[in-house]
Amino acid sequence: MPAATLTAARSLVATPARPIGSVEGRRAFAFKEVGKRFGDKIVLDGIDLDVRAGQFVAVIGKSGCGKSTLLRLLAGLDRPSSGSLTLGAGEEGHSRTRFMFQEPRLLPWMSVVRNVEIGLTGIAGGTEARQRALAMLAEVGLADRADEWPSVLSGGQKQRVALARALVGQPQILALDEPLGALDALTRIEMQQLLERIWLNQRFTAVLVTHDVGEAVALADRVVVIGEGRIALDLDVPVARPRRHGSAELARIEGAILDHLFGRG
Amino acid sequence: MSLAARIAGNSLAGWLLPAAIIAGWEIASRAGLIPANVLPAPSAVAEAFWRLTLSGELIRNIGVSTLRALSGFAIGGSIGFALGLANGLSTLSRGLTDTTLQMIRNIPHLALIPLVILWFGIDEEAKLFLVALGVFFPIYVNTLLGIQGVDPQLVEMGRVYGLDRRALFFRVILPGALPSIFVGLRYALGIMWLTLIVAETIAASSGLGYMAMQAREFLLIDVVVLSILIYALLGKLADSLARLLERLSLGWHPAFQKR
Repeated sequence: MPAATLTAARSLVATPARPIGSVEGRRAFAFKEVGKRFGDKIVLDGIDLDVRAGQFVAVIGKSGCGKSTLLRLLAGLDRPSSGSLTLGAGEEGHSRTRFMFQEPRLLPWMSVVRNVEIGLTGIAGGTEARQRALAMLAEVGLADRADEWPSVLSGGQKQRVALARALVGQPQILALDEPLGALDALTRIEMQQLLERIWLNQRFTAVLVTHDVGEAVALADRVVVIGEGRIALDLDVPVARPRRHGSAELARIEGAILDHLFGRG
Repeated sequence: MSLAARIAGNSLAGWLLPAAIIAGWEIASRAGLIPANVLPAPSAVAEAFWRLTLSGELIRNIGVSTLRALSGFAIGGSIGFALGLANGLSTLSRGLTDTTLQMIRNIPHLALIPLVILWFGIDEEAKLFLVALGVFFPIYVNTLLGIQGVDPQLVEMGRVYGLDRRALFFRVILPGALPSIFVGLRYALGIMWLTLIVAETIAASSGLGYMAMQAREFLLIDVVVLSILIYALLGKLADSLARLLERLSLGWHPAFQKR
């Protein structure tokens, strides 16, 4: 079990540019005994999860295990039925939590850059918003498409615009609900590398829900497996970045998680 | 070919058929195939046009009819739009009014003409009432449909990104409902002319419909045909204006993008 790797991982996951209050670092959010019911159906049952600021957490599990519900609770889209959810202190000029959906959800009647500006609602407006949106678009490699309609972009490009929209407000927490699920395999790897690069620059706390174990170990510092509404496995991924896709180390961890998921551990 | 030339070419192509019909009609009239007391030649209609233009009668009647059409449209259209918005956005409002409106919708509004004459006589109110009623439903139904059809995922995205109610309405809901609202607008413009013609033909003392009915009394068949042609032109004009508005405001829609 992961007890040994747990301590080893900490040193690899640095959180620079932010003061570290304790050995554990600043807390981004914590779930305490959180449960969620929809009618009679118990989706989440006693979730305890403490995440440090700047950590990249992947949440995986089989379909219907409640992983998306966990994310919606974190983003404030739903309220827990029981237990409590605490968020770390907010910072001036930052949006607290941003949500990236499975679909791009761009407004088709706004140009690409105006769609990104939506991410600055209540943070910046006018020329400043436009400048920041353009800078963010440049970061995801779409600066030259700023004035086009979303309908002319490819699926991967649309999701990159959605990523720019999510990050332009410099969120402290980015919640990602299988945002790469609908992309083809190559675009997917490209997007994973883009996401990792931007995360290394901005050091927000990322919570990625995915059903792809390979994606989880490639991106995350910590992989949380949800099964039957509970945390079934909480494993650190102590691999240096930037990570190389398909390395033996990642494959070993991926194998261990898959074994656990299918009860072969 | 440049885009402008192509657009001009396309709209020219649309006028080829009407022009050919008029030419054929003129030839048939001159050859005596169509008796003048059944259908006068286009040249005779043109003459009537010129005569009535000189006397000022035509312009005055077109003005009266257009004013009626537009005021009726403004009244019925704005009420329909407002109720469509209210019922699209509020379940309470929809619960209170939608059933009633759907019942009234199934009454052909022209069936109310006898009642309207009893209420208003043949004054302006009668025409305004009928046009407003006729225009109301297409605008109402399509506005409601448009708002209900807005992608709930986009609305959720707007909420998550902190758009307030006002921003949510103007940036997400209204633009999303606009294509459907335009369908209602174009449909309503057709109904607007139809209603007005019928109302003016039955009960009026001025306007194009009245002019046509007077001409019938005096067997001025060229004026009757002229009135009908003017209706066609006015209808086409209204539709073209709506299309222009549509193109200007729906540039983002894949259906309106140049390929």
